Amino acid sequence: MKKIQDFNIYANHRLNYETFILELKAPEKLPEIFPGQFAQLKINNHPQVFLRRPFSIHNVDYEKNTISFFIKIIGEGTRSLQKLNKKNSINVIYPLGNSFNLPKQNNVLLVGGGTGVAPLLLLSKSLKNNNISPVILIGGRSRNDILQIKEFEKYCKVLITTEDGTLGEKGLVTQHSVFQTDKFPFKKIYTCGPELMMKAIGKFAKKNNIECEVSLENTMACGFGACLCCVVETSKGNKCVCTEGPVFNIKYLKW
Amino acid sequence: MVDLKIKIQKLELKNPVMTASGTFGYGEEYTDFFDISKLGGIIVKGITIKPREGNPYPRMAETASGMLNAVGLQNKGVDYFIKNIYPEIKNYDTNIIVNINGSTIEEYIQVAEKINELDKIPAIELNISCPNVKEGGMAFGTSYQSAKAVTEAVRKAYYKTLIVKLSPNVTDITEIAKSVEGAGADSISLINTLLGMAIDAETRKPVLSTITGGLSGPAVKPIALRMVWQVYNSVKIPVIGLGGIMNTSDAIEFIIAGASAIQVGTANFIDPQITVKIIDGIEEYLNKHKIDSIRELVGALNV
Ligand SMILES: Cc1cc2nc3c(=O)[nH]c(=O)nc-3n(C[C@H](O)[C@H](O)[C@H](O)COP(=O)(O)OP(=O)(O)OC[C@H]3O[C@@H](n4cnc5c(N)ncnc54)[C@H](O)[C@@H]3O)c2cc1C
Ligand SMILES: Cc1cc2nc3c(=O)[nH]c(=O)nc-3n(C[C@H](O)[C@H](O)[C@H](O)COP(=O)(O)O)c2cc1C
Ligand code: FES
Repeated sequence: MKKIQDFNIYANHRLNYETFILELKAPEKLPEIFPGQFAQLKINNHPQVFLRRPFSIHNVDYEKNTISFFIKIIGEGTRSLQKLNKKNSINVIYPLGNSFNLPKQNNVLLVGGGTGVAPLLLLSKSLKNNNISPVILIGGRSRNDILQIKEFEKYCKVLITTEDGTLGEKGLVTQHSVFQTDKFPFKKIYTCGPELMMKAIGKFAKKNNIECEVSLENTMACGFGACLCCVVETSKGNKCVCTEGPVFNIKYLKW
Repeated sequence: MVDLKIKIQKLELKNPVMTASGTFGYGEEYTDFFDISKLGGIIVKGITIKPREGNPYPRMAETASGMLNAVGLQNKGVDYFIKNIYPEIKNYDTNIIVNINGSTIEEYIQVAEKINELDKIPAIELNISCPNVKEGGMAFGTSYQSAKAVTEAVRKAYYKTLIVKLSPNVTDITEIAKSVEGAGADSISLINTLLGMAIDAETRKPVLSTITGGLSGPAVKPIALRMVWQVYNSVKIPVIGLGGIMNTSDAIEFIIAGASAIQVGTANFIDPQITVKIIDGIEEYLNKHKIDSIRELVGALNV
């Protein structure tokens, strides 16, 4: 069941010059939230921001009753979220969308680029709780862009690539040595990040017959299936990313 | 107790607040947020004779105080609606009104005839104003001859309340309004979206896949309000006003301009509970101004 509630700001801290973690405290006991789901945040009193802004749920703490978001400053909406402090509250519609499907066996690879790591933390946690030890490959431009490593290390083995070679292997995520081996050891890939990256990973998975789920973005007005503004073309026709996604199995995408 | 009831010819509304087509799905998308039977009516997503996939991505662009959409009437067709959606929604205690569309007059008639058979649908809204389809749609709503022709044809095929939804993309809205009144419409709703456009300066590309799209939200409200007032003053049938209504005050303004009822569209995306807040707000307004019935406020502009 979808909820609309006012949350208090629990914490808001910067990870680097353009990324921050926004942690919100729910007014009542949180419902169960599944990895891959997202929320629509309302931006208050900003003349240039009209619609809500969608963000993946990065982490959930059922004891503290908080949910957190991993957000990159892109424009006015994200900039004003970055300024929120403990005196503020924010209106949230959640949990929205479908979720990642848990794999049938071990040997799972997660691939995150940029803010694409956002939904992968909750996924890592949930995999770990299901006795699966995932490997995550995180890619970024430079070492300052590789974030939340300590958090991911709680649940995963972490591999890194940077374009300038300042951390991990040098190059794009898709050039990482895990993809170069003759016998790719993973049976399932989950990925989220820039579209070109996801497409490249998707292609690799298709070619090698590996299950692959991707989390997509789209232009959203409502976030809950009412406007039909957020479609992606699939082999079963146009599908709404906000209700039938954001997670899709690549075998249905026309990539 | 103030009286919020209003009649659009034979159609009885428990209050003047309805939801605009294409912004409220089939109602079910909102049942987690509030009891939708509180609404005066729900206008469901536009329906066509055959299924339509709609336009490609991207379909939406946010603009200053509004948004552009290019959905293009994506829907599964009238037969699917009758078989799969109607049974799910027909028992809501509110008026479920179907927004019908076609690329030819014949198609409008076919859809209207099928909807006519559904007991629990008391009215249709004839959409002659969709800017996002290549054929039909807005083309019917931008000349008084074609607006008249399609309204007359559907009137012959449909026996319940016929609302005709007008396009604001015309030079003289009153001319179109008078022609659909003459053709037998029971009521007129307006406005549909305004034709607009967005460009990404960095890439020099249009933002929408269709280049142009329909503008909605508070950016269009002053235009909508003006058109409702003009139409109210030029026809005798009840007018339903919409376009940019975000709160109670906006809704009241439309009623004062001449709307017997109002529809809320884009605002539902930002606050899915906004319609109930507006219903409560109208009641408060009437109490505060010591007005017994909403009917006294319709067209009560002091000039
Ligand atoms: C389901 C879903 C989940 C998401 N999860 C996250 C998340 O966990 N963390 C996060 O940081 N972001 C996430 N996003 C993206 C986020 O919603 C946007 O970055 C945000 O809406 C931008 O708002 P703004 O007002 O700051 O920028 P705007 O003013 O809306 O945009 C500024 C400029 O950036 C462009 N732009 C907008 N969004 C993007 C984008 N995603 N990539 C590149 N350019 C863009 C716009 O076209 C515009 O030119 C998600 C999006 C979706 C649909
Ligand atoms: C995403 C979207 C889809 C729409 N689809 C339809 C439709 O199928 N039929 C129709 O008559 N109007 C459609 N409209 C127009 C609205 O019903 C309404 O006339 C318009 O948005 C102006 O009202 P608003 O500013 O309150 O949204 C749509 C509008 C939006 C934003
Ligand atoms: S954003 Fe409205 S249907 Fe997906």
